[in-house]
Amino acid sequence: VYTYITLRDHRARTWDSLRFVFLFPADIISTVEFNYSGELLATGDKGGRVVIFQHEQESKNRPHLRGEYNVYSTFQSHEPEFDYLKSLEIEEKINKIRWLPQQNAAHFLLSTNDKTIKLWKISERDKRAEGYNLKDEDGRLRDPFRITSLRVPVLMPMDLMVEASPRRIFANAHTYHINSISVNSDHETYLSADDLRINLWHLEITDRSFNIVDIKPANMEELTEVITAAECHPLQCNVFVYSSSKGTIRLCDTRAAALCDRQAKFFEEPEDPSSRSFFSEIISSISDVKFSHSGRYMMTRDYLSVKVWDLNMENRPVETYQVHEYLRSKLCSLYENDCIFDKFECCWNGSDSAIMTGSYNNFFRMFDRNTRRDITLEASRESSKPRATLKPRKVSTGGKRKKDEISVDSLDFNKKILHTAWHPKDNVIAVAATNNLYIFQDKIN
Amino acid sequence: MLRSVGYLTVCSFSSPAPQRDTMFPKGTKRKFSDSGEEPVSSGDQVPAAPSVATRSLTSSYSLQRQSLLDMSLIKLQLCHMLVEPNLCRSVLIANTVRQIQEEMTQDGTWQIMTQALAAAQCPTDRLVATEVLCRQTDAAAQAGQSPKPFSVGGLEEGYHAEEVVMEGDVETEVTMSTLAPVSPQLSSASYLAGPFVMGPCWDEDEEEEEEEEEEEDGECEEDEEDDSEDCVSEGEEADRDHLSPDSRTGEQVFGTFEIKHPAPPPDPALEELFSDVDPSYYDLDTVLTGMQSAPKMGPYDLLESLSSHGPTALSSSSSCRSDLNELDHIMEIIVGS
Repeated sequence: VYTYITLRDHRARTWDSLRFVFLFPADIISTVEFNYSGELLATGDKGGRVVIFQHEQESKNRPHLRGEYNVYSTFQSHEPEFDYLKSLEIEEKINKIRWLPQQNAAHFLLSTNDKTIKLWKISERDKRAEGYNLKDEDGRLRDPFRITSLRVPVLMPMDLMVEASPRRIFANAHTYHINSISVNSDHETYLSADDLRINLWHLEITDRSFNIVDIKPANMEELTEVITAAECHPLQCNVFVYSSSKGTIRLCDTRAAALCDRQAKFFEEPEDPSSRSFFSEIISSISDVKFSHSGRYMMTRDYLSVKVWDLNMENRPVETYQVHEYLRSKLCSLYENDCIFDKFECCWNGSDSAIMTGSYNNFFRMFDRNTRRDITLEASRESSKPRATLKPRKVSTGGKRKKDEISVDSLDFNKKILHTAWHPKDNVIAVAATNNLYIFQDKIN
Repeated sequence: MLRSVGYLTVCSFSSPAPQRDTMFPKGTKRKFSDSGEEPVSSGDQVPAAPSVATRSLTSSYSLQRQSLLDMSLIKLQLCHMLVEPNLCRSVLIANTVRQIQEEMTQDGTWQIMTQALAAAQCPTDRLVATEVLCRQTDAAAQAGQSPKPFSVGGLEEGYHAEEVVMEGDVETEVTMSTLAPVSPQLSSASYLAGPFVMGPCWDEDEEEEEEEEEEEDGECEEDEEDDSEDCVSEGEEADRDHLSPDSRTGEQVFGTFEIKHPAPPPDPALEELFSDVDPSYYDLDTVLTGMQSAPKMGPYDLLESLSSHGPTALSSSSSCRSDLNELDHIMEIIVGS
């Protein structure tokens, strides 16, 4: 048994393969998200489908098992559309899924493609009424004159059926491609962001939204910067942030003005002049921004690193983690094959003590903020047999490659892990590798 | 392994790949031999200048920079082949091109290159090149829109999609249908046009522009001596087509665009298309200038418009010339010669 990383409590933990799921080969997973309790895990794919997994209760008979995730519900969220005026197809690919906090027995989530956001209700049905008076068990209507007695229908248990129904459709508010949605802490509103604008919606109202950020220049020729991600503050319902393609983050307060064009805070790290190149701006473009659960920090992902920012300090991040610094010398090639434009996401663990993000070759990286240790793991079939322990991976940067190390030139840049999610309470992670979903848990030795 | 794009080889910025070495000298040589051998039609060819430029241009860094520039322009030009026109990606590539252009302008290589290109002859096989490069979606062609791989006027095309009417919200913008579908090629490249590229000149008929091209050739060249800032800034507002070629070969290149759409100029098609739309809904900035931009620009006219954001651009004379040698160079890459 190998011990690899120390996460909290200084106890050695190993990461196990809990289960992995094979999705339809033609569909690439495009988003992964746990709900607030961690009981449900939603995935969206390029074909517009949403697949929800449910964490099954641990079996009393086998307590050492943490419980498995099984398919809970599958539904088609978005269909491909065609914009006839522009002769462009609107992709049905699900860009983001965000859960709403659970308020009753049903679950609600928002899913969005490039243009339209939908609110879905996922509810269970495990009972069925039997003994109708006016129709028999087949559903055929009974002849009213034949009915001689009345009875009260009885609820009988049935096989669990999970139904998904669209409750709201928020459409026609975005000219450009939606890249983010974020539910506000008031649980009544949410924001949606595209390349140039951010809108604020009320969950009950679909025919209007408030435009709160607009960076579209009067003359599109002058466009040099776009919005790349946006998120609501987890605790303060009036605060949200949005990141840009120039590596800046703006924190805005909706109480200040109707149109939040002037940010309350502006986060940008001064550029290191010694490392300036033609690719500096591209690799500084922020692909994801996430608040910590505490609301005190936020994390940004650019092409080569992950940065943790203290909301009270705007001039530089408090922590910087290199994800794959060995790619810095390959930027030209990565620019040529467009990999430099890949948008990696990042996530916090439940206690904000660790962060995770993906890389190439189906590698993903975890950083412990307290111990400053990091680990590289691989999401692959070979190394992920059920209950198998994951072996840490290493990329050799120098000339001499040690055994078990992989050289930079051998990395598969088609295998990229863009989407990862961390269970809000437990050490369970979901990693999307193209069309495969891996779920890992840690096992305490 | 790093996946290499079909027509480009993997390059390394630390040292030029062998293929680059063989490619560049050919192109570079042509530039400088052209600039040295051509008659002084441009008026300001200084024999000493090419040697200085030669030194800087043949340096490893300059070659890599040129390679990056070519690559970026191809990416923008061929955006229409992508399934999804990605605004963020296009903006980042355009910014990279601007950055290179600014740097090249500062060390003087930009002007030399454009001057050399202006004087360069344009072989007929370039017409084929433009056919390949200008290929656009059928839908766009059917819609009657002229192909504008680097349409200057286009601009907002691909980005400026419709503004949406929100029911019940009076303050939101009025719905405006974007014009005929724009090839993403256009959309991605169009916005790159610098601020001074625009101009009402794109609103004019093709015929008018043709005439203007020939007229302005001389003007352009003259201005070039005066550091052509006038050339650029005038291009912004004046009706002259500052992107006009200054040689017959240039017209041949532009001619291919015209050949592609020998039909009446866009105006009638557009008018017909929008005859039933209330003109008051039009956003003139985006619709008229965008749709009526003539397919006069060569693929590298885009570069000229990227010189700077401001109206007073330094890379002046470039706006008066088409970057034909760049086109040839790109064709070599594509055809694999």
